[in-house]
Amino acid sequence: MSNFSRRKLIATGLAATAGASGMAVAHRLARRYGLIPPDHGGIYGAGETLTYAAQRILTRHSLAREFPPSQISKTPFPNGEAPKDEAFKRLQAGGFADWRLAVDGMVARPASFSLAELKSYASRSQITHLACEEGWSFIAEWTGVPLSRVLDAVGILPQARYVVYFSIQPDWWDSVDMADALHPQTMVTYGMNGGELPAGHGGPLRLRVPRQLGYKNVKYITRLTVTDNLSRFGKGFGSASPEAGYAWYAGI
Amino acid sequence: MGDSAFPATVNARHSALVRVTHWITTLCFIALLVTGVEILISHPRFYWGEAGNALTPPLFKLPIPASRSSVPTGYGYVLPDQNGWSRYLHFQSAWAAVLTGLLYLIFGLFSGHFRKNLLPGQAGLSWRAFSTEIANHLRFRRPSEAEAWSYNVLQRLTYLFVIFVLFPLVIWTGLAMSPAIAAVFPAAVAVLGGQQSARTMHFFVSIFLLLFLAVHVVMICVAGFRKRMRAMITGRAGTHMEGT
Repeated sequence: MSNFSRRKLIATGLAATAGASGMAVAHRLARRYGLIPPDHGGIYGAGETLTYAAQRILTRHSLAREFPPSQISKTPFPNGEAPKDEAFKRLQAGGFADWRLAVDGMVARPASFSLAELKSYASRSQITHLACEEGWSFIAEWTGVPLSRVLDAVGILPQARYVVYFSIQPDWWDSVDMADALHPQTMVTYGMNGGELPAGHGGPLRLRVPRQLGYKNVKYITRLTVTDNLSRFGKGFGSASPEAGYAWYAGI
Repeated sequence: MGDSAFPATVNARHSALVRVTHWITTLCFIALLVTGVEILISHPRFYWGEAGNALTPPLFKLPIPASRSSVPTGYGYVLPDQNGWSRYLHFQSAWAAVLTGLLYLIFGLFSGHFRKNLLPGQAGLSWRAFSTEIANHLRFRRPSEAEAWSYNVLQRLTYLFVIFVLFPLVIWTGLAMSPAIAAVFPAAVAVLGGQQSARTMHFFVSIFLLLFLAVHVVMICVAGFRKRMRAMITGRAGTHMEGT
């Protein structure tokens, strides 16, 4: 064996050892700081984990851009109609007076809020962009109560890691990590462009997560569950989206 | 490892790192292209500014059917929707391409690869050399044997443009579409004119990259497909010039 190939062998060995130990350290750090998404398995897991970890490190406290009123879209696209089932129609006929938002799971005081109760909290309005994964978007003014305020009211337990949210549409549910759940712009939204939130846009209640794509902004929400473990929900991917082939994290 | 492998390594037309990064990039590019098309057909309309949707007049639209029924395309049918896995694979390939590109960039700077192989020399940048090269191309003159060992000025400028202009632009316009990235680096979106402008530019930069790929492949066929492929796979440029 020549000097050349011996040197090469040693260098390759050292590089491989450094690489393997680097990966092991990175994996431990990622687990420690919650940088691994629930859909990290499978052939796309590596890319998904890199995206989520990189964006979490970069964006933990950043604010979604807010726009001046002149930028509000004249034609916000509703992408779908109000649910046609009897339960929703009955609630709609009653002006959503009986709509409830239940909050349970890892909370000190499980509760159920009416729209009026939610509206009694200090409201927040923000003009933000809503972008669909298809490529289209619109800007609107959204009014609601920050999710962190609702979570304060029920008292989340220290081990909480995710907030799971459910729609009145049984096949639509999702979850966010605490960085997004406690983010000041994440809102339980009931108003849009100065009026009530139209049913086509998710009224009476929609969770707005402006740093993530449209499909994370679940319409017609009825229940929030605080948890430390997503494996008990659906197939364990943290959302109905990965079950339909879409990424759990949609900040991309 | 036999000593006979040694001269071939020293005299390789393309260094091992260039060859490996070239083919990883090729794979990523194909994956990005296919999945990019799949994502695009879910909304084949383009806008300028921050926002735009099916109710907004488009800047232009592609005359193709869409994979979502919410888009007014004028066609009576909807294509199969492939967005889920396409998005997963698009971003995974983008990561692989960017990390490979970083490795190549570091290697290129420290090994002298950019300086020796890609930056045109003083002589190459003269009008005379330039016009000769263009004339040769226009006459479809096949490249000489010497050109199997070195890039001409047009090749050098094209590769530099792709590596230092098109690739950074396609990454930038791609990242500018991300709502989370827009939150951290709002200026990176504002400079482009908005998130829909970024999407439109992403499309056009991709078209330029696709054009480059087409010309690149045609030129390889013109210059000798087998020889050029061998040079980029094994590092050997040609049999009778080996060891020179």
